[in-house]
Amino acid sequence: MSASDESTSLLGVRARVVLPDFTLEIDERIAAKGVTALFGPSGSGKTTLLRAIAGFERPTRGRIVLGDRVFFDAEAGIWVPPHERPMGFLFQDARLFDHLGVSGNLDFGARRRGRGDTRFAFRDVVASLDLGPLLGRRIVGLSGGERQRVALGRTLLSGPELLLLDEPLAALDVGRKAEILPYLEKVTRRFGIPTVFVSHDLDEVVQLADRVLVLDDGQVAGEGATAEIVEGLDLGPSANRHEASVVVEGCVLRHDTRLHLTLVDLHGDTVSLPLADRLEEGAPVRLRVRARDVAIAIVQPEGLSIRNVLPGHVTAIRDGGAGAADVTIQLREDHLRAQLTRAAVEELGLAEGSAIFALVKSVSLDRGR
Amino acid sequence: MSLGAVDPTPIWITLQLATCTTALLFLVGTPIAWWLARTRSRIRPVVEAVTSLPLVLPPTVLGFYLLILMSPDAPLGRFWLTLTGDTLTFSFSGLVFASMLYSLPFMVQPLVAAFEGVGRGPIEAAASLGAPPFDAFLRVAVPLSKRSFLTAGVLTFSHTLGEFGVVLMVGGNIPGATRVLSIAIYDHVETLRYAEAHTLAAGLLVFSFAVLVLVYAFDRRARVRVG
Repeated sequence: MSASDESTSLLGVRARVVLPDFTLEIDERIAAKGVTALFGPSGSGKTTLLRAIAGFERPTRGRIVLGDRVFFDAEAGIWVPPHERPMGFLFQDARLFDHLGVSGNLDFGARRRGRGDTRFAFRDVVASLDLGPLLGRRIVGLSGGERQRVALGRTLLSGPELLLLDEPLAALDVGRKAEILPYLEKVTRRFGIPTVFVSHDLDEVVQLADRVLVLDDGQVAGEGATAEIVEGLDLGPSANRHEASVVVEGCVLRHDTRLHLTLVDLHGDTVSLPLADRLEEGAPVRLRVRARDVAIAIVQPEGLSIRNVLPGHVTAIRDGGAGAADVTIQLREDHLRAQLTRAAVEELGLAEGSAIFALVKSVSLDRGR
Repeated sequence: MSLGAVDPTPIWITLQLATCTTALLFLVGTPIAWWLARTRSRIRPVVEAVTSLPLVLPPTVLGFYLLILMSPDAPLGRFWLTLTGDTLTFSFSGLVFASMLYSLPFMVQPLVAAFEGVGRGPIEAAASLGAPPFDAFLRVAVPLSKRSFLTAGVLTFSHTLGEFGVVLMVGGNIPGATRVLSIAIYDHVETLRYAEAHTLAAGLLVFSFAVLVLVYAFDRRARVRVG
């Protein structure tokens, strides 16, 4: 029931899509494996790109392939309509069929999948999305989060080879998002289905995606592993929209339910964060640490409320403009960035190679893999 | 005033005509409405105008051109004659054909509104789940529009019940074949048999009123300009 271990196929998209108010121009190959995020501000072309892959938008030129199957080739005159593409699409607004009820919607997907496709058994899908209690319900009256769970189940049951998620959390409030994210995380891993995920929310991207493709104004502005892209976001052309942060990977040591903490091992250092006991002990996690949440001490501090004190040394000090300095700190294996004032840098006498202690005020938990 | 006093044959012919017209218009009007609701073609306004013409044209104008089109000298009339051995003019088949054109807007307009209301969203969702266009139409668009199908059917049926001018031009007034309710009423009035005219006219009035009350009560979105 896990991912097919065939060699990873590539999703190749070379396309020009002209819409009334903007043009998407792209030439990319995306590994159809794990979760790839299409990230960028609204109006950057993320959804248009996803719709072109699914066949809902027809590019004026280019070529779209998955492995050796061609879905669109302008020169060869090939156009495969959306219903013949082995792709599942999760819409922002769920788009459940009101006249069918929850189980009717699930069956709609299941009845149309290829015969002999056993990857998504009804019971497994229902169990992994906790849909059991909803099966007898009507669509009207479901909450936004429940709708997205049913829509995701329906899509999986249709037996896609590629899952396309179009900002499935954007229409939900913060609480509902927190309710759905773990499910998205779980099914992409549980069923090993390659996923392309559109989002303009950096925390969602860090939590879900292995790789990121950054879009800006209809063009690719960057691509790479999630940690790499997140760290570079405040340096590139879209710098003013993003604050400096890094992503570090560790694994869960243990949960302390009395103090409501989860302890995470970062290659020998320990950090604590608010209790996240849905993670199993030993599970890998990704943490996003914002540069403005990191302070520096040159001696081991005592009598301090900050819990996370990590020894390291300075590897770079860059001018952050307006009297600010951006300091890169090497820990045992990971690195952090800290935002200080230039005055603080001078007073502490920081230079490349200085041994220091990094004080991390808060850590946001992102996902593990 | 009892119904026993009038010849019921025109009533039966009228009911048959309305039933045939409505049934055939479901088949013809639905694809037209689907196309109108979804097309981005530049000829859409032209097609829309053609389907709405019967609302504004005097029935005599429509009837006059249909009479010419359906006469055995015209291609359509000749084709029908060789196919069935019967003329299209002054026959029940001709009446059905004329009624279908005359009542077309009553079928098409509610369905266009319904299909536009369904929108592209659910159809795209169905396609992403592997449903071909006709499958998506049948299993998603039609069930989501079922109230409007009822509205369109009832309006078409009751509009056909009351038609007069087109029928008179195309079908004449042949007892037992093309003499429908409205023409029978006209005849009774012409011959000063007001009691019979009353019976039929009041029956039609009450029936039509009841139908419209039902339709508007059932489907508040019914967007039909009753011509």
